[in-house]
Amino acid sequence: MSTTTTLVPFEDALTRYEPVMGLEVHVELNTATKMFCGCATTFGAEPNTQVCPVCLGLPGALPVVNEKAVESAIRIGLALNCEIADWCRFARKNYFYPDMPKNFQTSQYDEPIAYNGWTEVEVDGEVFRIEIERAHMEEDTGKSLHVGGSTGRIHGASHSLLDYNRAGIPLIEIVTKPIEVPGDKAPSVARAYVNHLRDLMLALGVSDARMDQGSLRADVNLSLRPVGTTTFGTRSETKNVNSFRSVERAVRYEVSRHAGILDAGGSVVQETRHFHESDGSTSAGREKSDAEDYRYFPEPDLAPVAPSREWVEELRATLPEPPAERRKRLQSEWGFSDLDMRDTVGAGALDLVAATIEAGTSPAAAKKWWLGELARRSNEQGVDIAELPITPQQVAQIQSLIDAGRINDKLARSVFDGVLAGEGSAEEVVAARGLEVVSDDGALSAAVDQAIADNPDVAEKIRGGKVQAAGALIGAVMKQMRGQADAARVRELILEKLS
Amino acid sequence: MSIDVTTATAASLAEALADGSTSSVEVTQAYLDRIAGSDERLNAFLHVDAEGALATARDVDARRAAGEQLATLAGVPIAVKDLIVTTGQPTTAGSKMLEGWVPPYDATVVTRLREAGLPILGKTNLDEFAMGSSNEHSAYGPARNPWDTTRIPGGSSGGSAAAVAAFEAPLALGTDTGGSIRQPAAMTGIVGVKPTYGGVSRHGVIAMASSLDQVGPMARTVLDAALVHEVVAGHDPLDSTSIERPVPAVVEAARRGDVSGLRIGVVREFGGEGFQPGVRAAFDRAVELLAKAGAEVVEVSCPHFSHGIAAYYLVMPSEVSSNLARFDAMRYGLRVMPHEGASAEQVMAASRDAGFGDEVKRRIVLGTYALSSGYYDAYYGSAQKVRTLIARDFEAAFEQVDVLVSPTAPTTAWKLGEKSDDPLSMYLEDVATIPANLAGVPGLSLPVGLAEDSGLPVGVQFLAPAMADDRLYNAAAALERLVDMPRLEEIT
Repeated sequence: MSTTTTLVPFEDALTRYEPVMGLEVHVELNTATKMFCGCATTFGAEPNTQVCPVCLGLPGALPVVNEKAVESAIRIGLALNCEIADWCRFARKNYFYPDMPKNFQTSQYDEPIAYNGWTEVEVDGEVFRIEIERAHMEEDTGKSLHVGGSTGRIHGASHSLLDYNRAGIPLIEIVTKPIEVPGDKAPSVARAYVNHLRDLMLALGVSDARMDQGSLRADVNLSLRPVGTTTFGTRSETKNVNSFRSVERAVRYEVSRHAGILDAGGSVVQETRHFHESDGSTSAGREKSDAEDYRYFPEPDLAPVAPSREWVEELRATLPEPPAERRKRLQSEWGFSDLDMRDTVGAGALDLVAATIEAGTSPAAAKKWWLGELARRSNEQGVDIAELPITPQQVAQIQSLIDAGRINDKLARSVFDGVLAGEGSAEEVVAARGLEVVSDDGALSAAVDQAIADNPDVAEKIRGGKVQAAGALIGAVMKQMRGQADAARVRELILEKLS
Repeated sequence: MSIDVTTATAASLAEALADGSTSSVEVTQAYLDRIAGSDERLNAFLHVDAEGALATARDVDARRAAGEQLATLAGVPIAVKDLIVTTGQPTTAGSKMLEGWVPPYDATVVTRLREAGLPILGKTNLDEFAMGSSNEHSAYGPARNPWDTTRIPGGSSGGSAAAVAAFEAPLALGTDTGGSIRQPAAMTGIVGVKPTYGGVSRHGVIAMASSLDQVGPMARTVLDAALVHEVVAGHDPLDSTSIERPVPAVVEAARRGDVSGLRIGVVREFGGEGFQPGVRAAFDRAVELLAKAGAEVVEVSCPHFSHGIAAYYLVMPSEVSSNLARFDAMRYGLRVMPHEGASAEQVMAASRDAGFGDEVKRRIVLGTYALSSGYYDAYYGSAQKVRTLIARDFEAAFEQVDVLVSPTAPTTAWKLGEKSDDPLSMYLEDVATIPANLAGVPGLSLPVGLAEDSGLPVGVQFLAPAMADDRLYNAAAALERLVDMPRLEEIT
């Protein structure tokens, strides 16, 4: 039933339609153990080594709620200005799938732990309020690895392998109410929101929140309605959009696709869609003839969760500074202009800059590297800046080498290359690549003599008192030494020799 | 010392073991011999673990010889219903689905038996996944009633009941979701107890209906049942529905057995239509005996109990449909490949079709339907409301009386095959036992004699408020001394 869709250019679509978005974000908690058993949650362990009778769903095994996960859920709820339930239950969501050991997912359903909240995101200096419908607890499924096909999808595969290490890892699903913002802002608001949730999770310390490892996963629901109308259109649900940039692209693509269908007089099918990183498109997921009936009912094996008000208030007291207030405070501490701050936030580099400054770098230098050199590289590679394989501490080390005069800005770029290529710490890269600035007088003196000999006219001018002409000789020395000379010392030597 | 090991009570065996007049190896071997002699006819055991039981017995004997202080029942063997997982021997749940499956972990109740030093003789027969009242739904053939081997032993814990009644084991564990301990106890003339919901851990008990299931003791005397109850009961952090309170003093109550001044309520709704005259007569005699012993007997009405079966047959299958979803051939158990290159979904369907029996399938279908969107409120939702009403009936009744009594089952044991084609009449067998499961209160069935009309055992059920299990043992122990319950002389 797939037909070719005419994509309407995004800006063109917005002349006739308004998008309405709903974002569902799954956050994998960083608890030491799983949601309902004592198994470890380490990412990347050998398949099926972090399992037990409970998370394998063996006959007779029973779940026990991880209190730390409930605590994280409540803190997330509070940070999103939600109400926290006095009493709530888990439910069973029943459906058959090989990577789900019990063939039901233990998940909250109509009684979420947190509900009715809101948060704010900033795009180009403008603040948008996002209403939060709910944040609920659930367990993750295992992973299927489909083998023998060309795509890694189940279609065409000869067999599948199952890894249950992830089965039972605690998840918090955060669901927004419909987001109705000006259409041209929709993609960037969606991106900013997911980015904001990541910042919030990191600030709360409840999750690694890494989209590349799946510990933060976003589903983008989107519908269009004719400009000026209020009834929502039919939505599509684009699943597992795995980077901030992809969130933005998925919104743009779906706006274009829906507009194409509606322009042609067609109707949008309510369906699950997959996002493709390669070209930013989406495609229909597995066709379902009728809506899945999950036969939810309250989980009889678990006692209700009834957090006391005292506990909730204790947890409220542990909340980190709200991101907006923190941004204001940091801006004034760092002496950033509004524009500096907007660029920093926009690049998704606020925490990176903050951590770099904390590691001893000046605000100006931290900003220079993250928004210059590193932002450029993340754009070139099409990855989020936080996913570059370099830490704020490593950036701070590089800057400290500059401050100590051991390398200069130009050499620093090579050091970044080395660190990003996994060649080790800044020190190790400097040593291995031989990047240190030469300030040894013997080597420099010879190079200066050579430069004077090669440029007698310039040397004569300097002797005549035109000190500013020294720059040309410094350049010649630098060229000889392939940039690795200590420029200040070279200047001193030139002036000594020609005075 | 001359003690007839296989007919002695567990309490007297415990004494004989403590004073050195017998050994656990001797006792365990005597029961294994008894099993070898009679179980071909009874089919009470699905698996006998002679080696494991004797190893425990030797260990207990050695520790006792070394002067170690042991638990009361140390060295007294026990049989375990094959719904309860055990390392070292298979657990089948009476289903082809789990044929040959050896669990990698022990149920908490099994751990407690091991810690207390009870040799585990083996695993007993049951209706598949505990679904049935006759044991005829076992995939391994029915266990038989030792009073008359042409008759059913009751179910689903029919194997445990038959084993204890036929002196193949002094003690057994059963599970009770709607009467599965009490009804077979009544059918075979033994004592069976369903403790308060949450009183005994369900960790490692293959779930049928999670909100109703409970493990309990089966024994030949009230005191023996209490001794087992004390071993297996108590809070378990691995079961979230387990109650964090001290275990009621059941052993003390079983030794006391005093009903003078006790207020006993006869449930008006149980005893009329549908109850076999021989059962009714034996029950009436028992009530008279209680009154003569000084109990204050009154009639109480529990008007919503009549809706118990209807509610049960919505709640139970709903939970069954979800609990049994895990049997999908992906990780353990039977796997059927319907054809070369079959998809996971096709393998699941073929395996479940081959692995589950008709009664299991019937309940999965019923439950799947009851939970479907659009039907949930009418079925599952209404049934939950009935549960609340039944719980309120109990609360109101227990404001007037200390314990309730009724016949355990409407009839004595019927012939194998008699009700096989009529599931509804089989479901009605649980009419008196189901309310306790729906409300989570404890119940005990005590044999009170043989019915005049059928010559088969009749059970009387006591019911008490949640966590007042001791009241059951006290009242039943008193009645036990007064009734004339003959001992089974030979398997016929």
